[in-house]
Amino acid sequence: MQQGYLTLQDGQQFQGEASEDWADPIEGEIVFFTGMTGYQEVLTDPSYQGQIVVFTYPLIGNYGINEDDFESEHPQVKGVVMLHCAETASHYKATTSLKDYLHDKGVPFLTNVDTREVTKAIRTGGTRQAALASTPKKPTSTQMTNQIYQVKGTKLTTHGDGADHIVLIDFGSKHSILHHLLEKGVRVTVVPFTELHAIDELKPDGVVLSNGPGDPKDVAPYLSKIKHVLKSFPSLGICLGHQVIALAFGGETKKLSFGHRGANHPVKDLETGSVFLTSQNHNYVVDEESLADTGLHPYLIHVNDQSLEGLKHDKLPVLSAQFHPEANPGPEDAYWLFEDFFKQITATKGEKAYV
Amino acid sequence: MSKKILIIGSGPILIGQAAEFDYSGTQGCLALKEEGFNVVLVNNNPATIMTDTTMADTVYCEPLTVNSIEAIIKKEQPDALLAGLGGQTALNLAVELDKQGILSKYNIELLGTSVTSIQKGEDRELFRELMSELSQPVPESEVIETVQGAKDFARKVGYPVISRPAYTLGGRGGGIVDYESELEELIHNGLKASPIGQVILEKSIAGFKEVEYEVMRDHNGTCISVCNMENFDPVGVHTGDSIVVAPSQTLTDQEYQMLRTAAFTIISELEVVGGCNVQFALDPNSNQYYVIEVNPRVSRSSALASKATGYPIAKMATKLALGFTLDELKNPLTGTTYASFEPALDYVVVKFPRWPFDKFSEADRKLGTKMKATGEVMAIDRTLEGAFQKALASLDQSIPELDPTQLKTHLTQPTDLRYFAILDLLRQGETIEQIHKETAIDLFFLSILQNLVKIENKLKACTTETLSEELLQLAKVYGFTDASIAKLVQTSESTITQKRLGYHLYPSYKMVDTCAAEFEAATNYVYATYSGVNEIDPLPSAKKALIVGAGPIRIGQGVEFDYSAVKAIETLKELGWSTIMINNNPETVSTDYETADRLYFEPITKEIIEAIVEHEQIDQVYTQFGGQTAINLAAQLEEAGIPLAGVSVDTIAQLEDREQFYSMLKSLDIPHIPGAVCHTFDEAMFAASSYTYPLLCRPSYVIGGQGMVKVNNEHELKGALAGTDARHYPIVLDEFITGQEAEVDLVADGEHIFIPEIMEHVEPAGIHSGDSMAIFPSTLDEDVKATIKEYASKIVQHTDYKGIMNIQFLLTEDAVYVLEVNPRASRTVPIVSKVSNRSLIDLATRVLAGDVSSHLNQVQPPEFEHVAVKYPLFSAHALPELDHKLNANMKSTGEGMCLGGTVQEALAKVFEHLPHFYEEHVSFVEEGYSHMESPSQLPFSEWIQTDQASIYVNDQQTTEAMERRIQALKYGVTVFSQKETFEAYLASLHVSPYLPAPLPGSLNEGVKLG
Repeated sequence: MQQGYLTLQDGQQFQGEASEDWADPIEGEIVFFTGMTGYQEVLTDPSYQGQIVVFTYPLIGNYGINEDDFESEHPQVKGVVMLHCAETASHYKATTSLKDYLHDKGVPFLTNVDTREVTKAIRTGGTRQAALASTPKKPTSTQMTNQIYQVKGTKLTTHGDGADHIVLIDFGSKHSILHHLLEKGVRVTVVPFTELHAIDELKPDGVVLSNGPGDPKDVAPYLSKIKHVLKSFPSLGICLGHQVIALAFGGETKKLSFGHRGANHPVKDLETGSVFLTSQNHNYVVDEESLADTGLHPYLIHVNDQSLEGLKHDKLPVLSAQFHPEANPGPEDAYWLFEDFFKQITATKGEKAYV
Repeated sequence: MSKKILIIGSGPILIGQAAEFDYSGTQGCLALKEEGFNVVLVNNNPATIMTDTTMADTVYCEPLTVNSIEAIIKKEQPDALLAGLGGQTALNLAVELDKQGILSKYNIELLGTSVTSIQKGEDRELFRELMSELSQPVPESEVIETVQGAKDFARKVGYPVISRPAYTLGGRGGGIVDYESELEELIHNGLKASPIGQVILEKSIAGFKEVEYEVMRDHNGTCISVCNMENFDPVGVHTGDSIVVAPSQTLTDQEYQMLRTAAFTIISELEVVGGCNVQFALDPNSNQYYVIEVNPRVSRSSALASKATGYPIAKMATKLALGFTLDELKNPLTGTTYASFEPALDYVVVKFPRWPFDKFSEADRKLGTKMKATGEVMAIDRTLEGAFQKALASLDQSIPELDPTQLKTHLTQPTDLRYFAILDLLRQGETIEQIHKETAIDLFFLSILQNLVKIENKLKACTTETLSEELLQLAKVYGFTDASIAKLVQTSESTITQKRLGYHLYPSYKMVDTCAAEFEAATNYVYATYSGVNEIDPLPSAKKALIVGAGPIRIGQGVEFDYSAVKAIETLKELGWSTIMINNNPETVSTDYETADRLYFEPITKEIIEAIVEHEQIDQVYTQFGGQTAINLAAQLEEAGIPLAGVSVDTIAQLEDREQFYSMLKSLDIPHIPGAVCHTFDEAMFAASSYTYPLLCRPSYVIGGQGMVKVNNEHELKGALAGTDARHYPIVLDEFITGQEAEVDLVADGEHIFIPEIMEHVEPAGIHSGDSMAIFPSTLDEDVKATIKEYASKIVQHTDYKGIMNIQFLLTEDAVYVLEVNPRASRTVPIVSKVSNRSLIDLATRVLAGDVSSHLNQVQPPEFEHVAVKYPLFSAHALPELDHKLNANMKSTGEGMCLGGTVQEALAKVFEHLPHFYEEHVSFVEEGYSHMESPSQLPFSEWIQTDQASIYVNDQQTTEAMERRIQALKYGVTVFSQKETFEAYLASLHVSPYLPAPLPGSLNEGVKLG
């Protein structure tokens, strides 16, 4: 058994057992995920691109890896830190074990780590760079930027054949956003955010801005085009897509100390007073103070830290959520957000018909 | 004036409804008081913390019947009723009170979930309709009201089928059958067990994964899932009899969320306000699921979920019932987040049931849809292996050796021993795939067991010298105790402990914080693990006391010991001590993390206590308040140099070891029953020859009379001893003298004693005190009382005894004999304390903690306005194959109490639920019972089939008598097997309606509460 070390930027070290064949050392931003299920979705969610993920739940991999729960084609994380990783899989859908999957995909992982202590270190010191290595070794790299350029698709793809047509702007979209839209019986064209010019021609009924990794300001060069899209079509922003909407209208984003990553984040709807649990995965939030002249107003907030969770535009059919209404992993409590989006589309269409 | 709220408890402990409702009820009371309400509590279980007069403004130990509750309502005029915390009993009462128009008559608001919703959850037909409306799948089933209907249904869907009677607790009267021949009896009993004469017959989905969700909802519609749990045992074994793991282990996120969403759909439609339990069956080979059950109230599972996550469900449910919403209530564990939050665990939890089969060797050990466990333990660790092993260590029970050739019989027909049989099979080299095939237990769980066997094999291959640090570390991570490692390595426990300390392997302590360390939490809820580093600093306090709990509820050791522990904590806190609790029973108040200053949720063993004492630098360890479990550890703890509060182990031995005890009594000139301690079979036979039969034969250091038997002649003695092995010796043989029994609970400071009064048994000596009805204060003659007090005083002074003590006496025409002394808090302490309004635990704790300001001789003797009758309750519904004839072996699972102006008045309350003896066909008295003629003239076999059959009287010892008693119990008939109990019932018939009597110390008695 080979020893391995997780070293944080400030020098804090955690020892564990290293998986085989590391390209030594691995560096990335370290984050923790508190959900008790859903490791496969997390590992393949493009929003985790380049990060080292710590699972706080101690037993990871029990039900293996299956063909249905991938959020992208590949694992997106740079490394994984766990207390225990299952050697075998016990589930009728499983095609491989987590351990074999990580091996096959060349994702280094560290087990037998006191993940609770790592989590506390991240909680106290905030998200930062960390290194996985066979010897204690401080990370030397600085924070990655522009991950969205790595995870977005390269060309337009079309899916489904419904009457309504939705454009999904891809900043590194999770599969389940597409799946969720397709389940609604619509046609979806996935447009990489670098190909926004195609949208006007597509004349979609609505636009969804996807999730994606890293700093939303990486999108800066495209913000004016995005604003044009938002003004033209009913839109829904998810996670990074939500942050991009705020930026496009002139708002600001800021970084949280250690972000929200888990399946148990309570969000309150200020309009109805109802509270629901959401799946979250973000480091950045929209700065509420910056919204004054944007035409956007908050309508969803996080119950625990009051941070901004959802926006609506005063005049335009634009809404957005910081969390993941498509779930996977996490609660399905916010599926209604898609319903609201489709209602907006219908309403907008109706207006048009009577113009 | 503040609003007055009536809260109904769950009553005496029965299988299927146990201490979990003391926990939920107590939390409810505290939550109501926190919000400033005037709380009126009714619960006839005197052993609980809930019925302590500090918990509510007025406490009634009155029958849980509609009549009785109405009388209380009339007297107290409450504004609202809270029934969701008192289990099925309270919920059924609420439905009944509503139905009979009592709630509307007195203008009482029912808090929490509405009666309509309760009925939709409980009434099988309404439930199925609802599920169909919501497109929630349920197994093919039909509501059955006749045996023929059942047969038709079973023929249509095919066997096996499961029967679940409506409105019953713990699956009472239900079961699973494979053939039509078995169906008839099952349905007959089921229809009878159901108060509305309905069973639901269901196509069996045995083998599916069984998954439960504990969910909550507020009036605003916000839903959260506090915890989900997965049963180790697939569908087919009652969840109360299943090994349960939290959170679920083998569900993908998709499956987890699918079931969570289904649960929310259901509680939203039911408009639940508070907690709700939803049980699912999930196909292990597809995403097909079925809703099995919905319980719109707090439950055993919600208690478990609260302890598993740290989220106080009952407390929050109470606040939701009062109109609060989840997003405005703080999560008390973090103090920063809100109650509208789903706990994230960073450990795993295992619950293991505690069954009564060690007491009932003749009981049917098969497990099915009817719950048989009396209690449960829970364990927390960072590995599942560790959690499993810690749960086993918490059971406080030796596991019987299984016949190696019969192991597989436990697989297909599950018994309480299945887990152990699987381990044995794995040891024999059986594959987990084969075991999976035969049991449908998930391969994931089986692989955990296989890991344990692998470590066992590695340890077996070691000697003390070759045992490596790496292997020992792994064994400790996997929860092996030093003792179990020693056994495998074939050395002593102390050798392994030395070796372990030599390797610097110590337990680390970690926190249960509901949020997997995401937020900073200041919790006092702690577990130990060998995986990872310590994060718990010792409490910063000059004086620290560790209170050793009693572990799982079992026959002979019930919730009364939890009462003792909690009361001791209260007093110690008052005296400025920091209190630390160790216990492993998830159902209790003592394991509420808000009870002590710190809670170690751990097995109660010397190894673990020693480590905690070392870690915390404990000043005093209390072993008097945790039943026999705690006191049994005293010797080992003292030997390890741990400071025990109160008496020394030598004193305990003087009182518990028969030989020393008898010689002490002799020296004090106190009569004792002629008897001897026998170390072998031959010794016993020899000793017996010098005594007069009948003899009472029992092992030393008993729990609840375990293994105690009365023998009438040499032949019977031989028979009784034939079943013993070396473990059972020494055996005590006492002459069986007939007479009356009495007992006292006292507090002593070595010199003075305080005895509130004497408890007088209704049944004669020879009936286990736990199974006797008893009267307090007694009706004994003053000179007898004086003798009892004198003997008690002598014993205390001779042994320089400090703390609490229970002494049992036998009274004959011409003598008072001392039967036994229990140097600890007894079963009757809460009763004596509550009825006399003198907290014995408080007084004892003050003595033990060295509180110089209190003096026993200054305690005012109590004055009694009422007399109390305590009565036992038997869980015959769960174990109908047992003859419940009263004898020296304790069988009751709980106790109730009623107060009255006279003994007869109290008895009338005790027997209130029974019909009048002389009504037609109600009662059947066996011939040969000289006292009276049977009111029913039908032959027994016909009478028992009548719908009115309710009371059966037979105190005979014959096989036929035994069979008839068993048959009567199966039919749900009340059986009197002892003349004195029956006479007490008859005496109670002459009393006219009574007034409800609150416990003394209740607010309306004029006593100001702190």
